[in-house]
Amino acid sequence: MSFLKCLKSKGSGREYPKEAIYVCEYDFSPLEADYDYDAIRKALTREKIEKGPRSLWRYRALLPVDGEPTVGLYSGFTPLVRAKRLAAEWGVRELYIKDDSVCHPTWSFKDRVVAVALTRARELGFTTVACASTGNLANAVSAHGAKAGFERYIFIPHDLERGKVLGSLVYNPHVIAVEGNYDDVNRLCSEIVAKYHWGFVNVNLRPYYSEGSKTIGFEIAEQLGWKAPDHMVVPAASGSLITKIWKAFKEFEKLELLNGRVTTKIHCAQPEGCSPIATAILNKSEHVLPVKPKTIAKSLAIGNPADGYYAKDVIHDSGGSAAIVSDDEIREGIKTLARMEGIFTETAGGVTVASAQKLIRQGAIDPDSVIVLAITGNGLKTQEAIQTAVGEPVFIEPSLKSFEEKVRPPKTVMKA
Amino acid sequence: MAIKIRIPTPLQKLTGDKAEVAVQARNVNEMIEALEKSYPGIKSRICDETGKIRRFVNIYLNEEDIRFLSQEKTGLKDGDEVSIVPAIAGGL
Repeated sequence: MSFLKCLKSKGSGREYPKEAIYVCEYDFSPLEADYDYDAIRKALTREKIEKGPRSLWRYRALLPVDGEPTVGLYSGFTPLVRAKRLAAEWGVRELYIKDDSVCHPTWSFKDRVVAVALTRARELGFTTVACASTGNLANAVSAHGAKAGFERYIFIPHDLERGKVLGSLVYNPHVIAVEGNYDDVNRLCSEIVAKYHWGFVNVNLRPYYSEGSKTIGFEIAEQLGWKAPDHMVVPAASGSLITKIWKAFKEFEKLELLNGRVTTKIHCAQPEGCSPIATAILNKSEHVLPVKPKTIAKSLAIGNPADGYYAKDVIHDSGGSAAIVSDDEIREGIKTLARMEGIFTETAGGVTVASAQKLIRQGAIDPDSVIVLAITGNGLKTQEAIQTAVGEPVFIEPSLKSFEEKVRPPKTVMKA
Repeated sequence: MAIKIRIPTPLQKLTGDKAEVAVQARNVNEMIEALEKSYPGIKSRICDETGKIRRFVNIYLNEEDIRFLSQEKTGLKDGDEVSIVPAIAGGL
């Protein structure tokens, strides 16, 4: 049974049919899925969710599909890792990593959104799907779309990390590398979508796709014992993830699934070379001004953030803040998470770790609280970024002598 | 001076289903006024009550976002191509 009522304009509030459409005809604001919350309240309990599949589909009642899920049956429900060593280093009480670097099947949180988008694409009758992507979305559409049997067109900026390009090509979609940055790719795609009857995951399927991001928030709350955290640090490109994590907590609150109220402060993490949202927050400016991105965090390199205004509002309403970090701090963030917690994240994760550290140091995050970092992707995809920052192995000959000369391990006495 | 303008799907109901139209204008403001003259009602979709271009509307002159040029005052010349594009999502 479906709880999805219609699509609703975020600006004018006008209602639209639940089809492959994405902007309000009156003010161009985005359309968002709207549900029958009264019916959901009657049907959904914690016990029902807990008995559901160990994937994002355990929250199906709050996702914009009509029938049974058909794509991404193993995506989501990633570990919420208690980060005790990092907490001790930073001097905070309770720190967790929401680890989407191990999301199935392509190691980023985009596996969630694409599971929802392609399930909906099939319901709407599409046989070809497409996306504009900085890499992770490309990988997820390529892989999920392969298993589900879709024809796939993947549009990427020409200068992506090799791992992300290869991580699309291997699934054999059409990969189109566009001369230009992500914003150029996106603009081109919005013109292509008008001409071809394709399900563009981040364009005409966006109202469905973006709802998939809520499942990170649902999982965090469930994994904390049906509680929203005190602080969340979330990386931002378009700003969508910030708005959807907030929406997830608020939906759980509205459905009385949480212990206590949502008092979470959401913090926005952006890289120095592309920080339109964080800059607007820190400068308390009314407008989110677009920029030309230049950063090693290519998955965050969106200079014209579509959800920037909404993300800014969430940060403000939740009482959160923002941090901007340099390329060197990003590399250090990646290494810190790997060294302390054994998790190798991509550059966006480095932005999140470095931003969290900065916000704690500045006092924007109370050390005596429950803090969650959204780690959204895997480090093996962006190896170039830290290639020169991790050192080299010690090369030796295959002899004990060479080992002891070159490695010089601390002397230990063997027990007899 | 003829300016070619690509019209996004949500506005094509106002242009008689035309995806591309041409107007005479010396800058973006004039272009919007000219559009309004030919296709009444279109201005209020592109601009808010104060006459500013709406947040979720992107206007490109020959592929460049006018926010990187001179915004509404951006000058236009014969043969220029303008795209009106709704903001779309992606990334995190």
